[in-house]
Amino acid sequence: MDAFLSQTFLTALIFGAVTAGVPLLLAGLGEQISEKAGVLNIGIEGMMLMGAYVGFVVAFESGSFWLGFIGGAGGGMAVALIMALLCVRLAMNQIVIGIALTLGVEGLTALLHHFQFARSYPRLDAVPVLALPGLDGIPVLGPALFQHHPLVYLGVLLVPLLGWLYRQSAVGLNLEAAGNSPAALDASGVSVVQTRSAAVLATGALAGLGGAYMAEVGAGLFIPFMTGGAGFIAIVLAMLARGRPLWVLLGALLFGVSLALTTALQVTGVDVPTDVVQMLPFAMVILVLVLFARHSVLPPALGLPYIRGDR
Amino acid sequence: MSVIAESPPRGAWLGGVARIALPVLLALVVGGLILLALEKNPLEYYAFVVERGLLSWAGLQESITRSAPLLLIAAGLIVAFRAGIWNLGVDGQFLLSAVAAAALAPALAPVLPDWLTLTLSCLLAFAIGALWSVVPALLKARFGINEIITSLMMSFLGISFANVLVKLVFRDPGTTVPQTLTLPVEDRLARLFGSTVNCGVIIAVLAVLLVHLMMTRTAFGLKLQVVGANPRAAVHAGLPVGRLTVATFALSAGLAGLAGAVEVVGVLGTIRADWNPAYGLLVVPLVFLARFNGPAVIAFVFCFAVLQIGGESAARRLGVPHFYVLVLVGLLLLFLAVVEYLDHRRRASRGA
Repeated sequence: MDAFLSQTFLTALIFGAVTAGVPLLLAGLGEQISEKAGVLNIGIEGMMLMGAYVGFVVAFESGSFWLGFIGGAGGGMAVALIMALLCVRLAMNQIVIGIALTLGVEGLTALLHHFQFARSYPRLDAVPVLALPGLDGIPVLGPALFQHHPLVYLGVLLVPLLGWLYRQSAVGLNLEAAGNSPAALDASGVSVVQTRSAAVLATGALAGLGGAYMAEVGAGLFIPFMTGGAGFIAIVLAMLARGRPLWVLLGALLFGVSLALTTALQVTGVDVPTDVVQMLPFAMVILVLVLFARHSVLPPALGLPYIRGDR
Repeated sequence: MSVIAESPPRGAWLGGVARIALPVLLALVVGGLILLALEKNPLEYYAFVVERGLLSWAGLQESITRSAPLLLIAAGLIVAFRAGIWNLGVDGQFLLSAVAAAALAPALAPVLPDWLTLTLSCLLAFAIGALWSVVPALLKARFGINEIITSLMMSFLGISFANVLVKLVFRDPGTTVPQTLTLPVEDRLARLFGSTVNCGVIIAVLAVLLVHLMMTRTAFGLKLQVVGANPRAAVHAGLPVGRLTVATFALSAGLAGLAGAVEVVGVLGTIRADWNPAYGLLVVPLVFLARFNGPAVIAFVFCFAVLQIGGESAARRLGVPHFYVLVLVGLLLLFLAVVEYLDHRRRASRGA
């Protein structure tokens, strides 16, 4: 039992939880933007995966993690652009297009990876970290929370920023209106199509960034299908967060812990079959949904395309 | 979903053909361009796929055999989609049921007659699949929670759980690579006319046709269609929407489970750890392409099986990995929606 409470174990667990949680945080915050605007973005899994692939390749070729992150965000946005065009502009079925994009990206990235690297899986160098001076000396929590790549801190800063945006700014109010009452937004002279398209693109950028972090930092390499449902977990996070960014952060950390448990247990020498641990996050999603199902709230116009004058 | 399910107006036969042929053609062309960009000859690839998957006797038998699980999954999706329910958890339902069948069949085979062993295995698989859909079904029926997410989550959970079962519970102690006990070839589903095709494909074709008749010709099917077309109207019409949702999910998932059983007792005889063919989402576009019509589904699934079998050969011979099939499927679904949209708009503008 001592092993479980040792400093190394706790540090490894929390550090791993942050590393595993950041992609979920970014993607979850992204999905939240889409859902607020009334678009159920099922394609987010594909956007993450594209971000992971592009992010890895750019970082691998250029040697720069930052260029990789920018590339990853761009990759996610490219997929989001198709979604915005087809689902928002042309009002096609969001679910069908979302599945199509996810399947297509899964195949495409695996195919490209195969032609580029054959069967080898080259690794990136260790990620440069920014130790926050003063905070990184705290026992256990210091090395676990404050020795990460700067993107992690930026991701966390995004939480209050988005919270402010949703409550205080015109942009946030427009987003909310696009999901709650698109016709009213239209009547007030703001384009629903533009608002929703911007939201979907922002989702793509954040999801791509999350995917890129997963590949560049979390794994250090790209493996086909590596997102393995993280995008769908992000959707659940956004659903349960009821529009509040802080809840996405807490949820992402919680799922991060369950994902990090394998590695942390291996540090202590406890051998748990990986398949058992892999069940944890999904079992937790189901449990959370069963317990809090009645509390999840989604905008009334979610999933419905907006066509002016259509009833 | 009704946008896609809409049947073409009478007399618009040509339009109907175009609505099916155009997405397929576009997917093959754009897919071909991707191959071209990767410096592979798309015509050579497609010719190879047809030759190996359809024109060679061995390939044809494999394609027909592969159709069986795909058809059973498609039958399940027809039920769900017609009732307006997105059962996207097929992979988990399929795999868990397959493991259940793989655990039961070799245990019963030495003591029971084959027909009973096979029947019991299939029934168990159906039940396990159905059981795995209860949570998403109840969450949808009770709280209106989106079943896409919940069924997907259950699917991921099921896939890992199936692996745990293979590695820790039902592991054959006599093998180095973790796998379940093997069902001897002579105890598996009977083969047809001296070929390698087993009778699973007959079960599958019957299932699709029965499901088609059930949905289009029976009161139960009509009720499900009403729920699918307009759940609120269904409530007002006094239909027990909650119970129908659970029943639809159970039937859909049960058929996916049966697909797993047929694959095990018909072809594989055992489940290896980490085996997951991920058929589920691949079948979705085919069912849409067929507009939930049973006989059309049979045709498209067979074509897809040819593509899969041919594609697997091509991976070995031409160096185009089978991921390419996934790209084609994604493109197909994308263009299906685009063509549908264009057609819808053309008709709307003509009507106005």
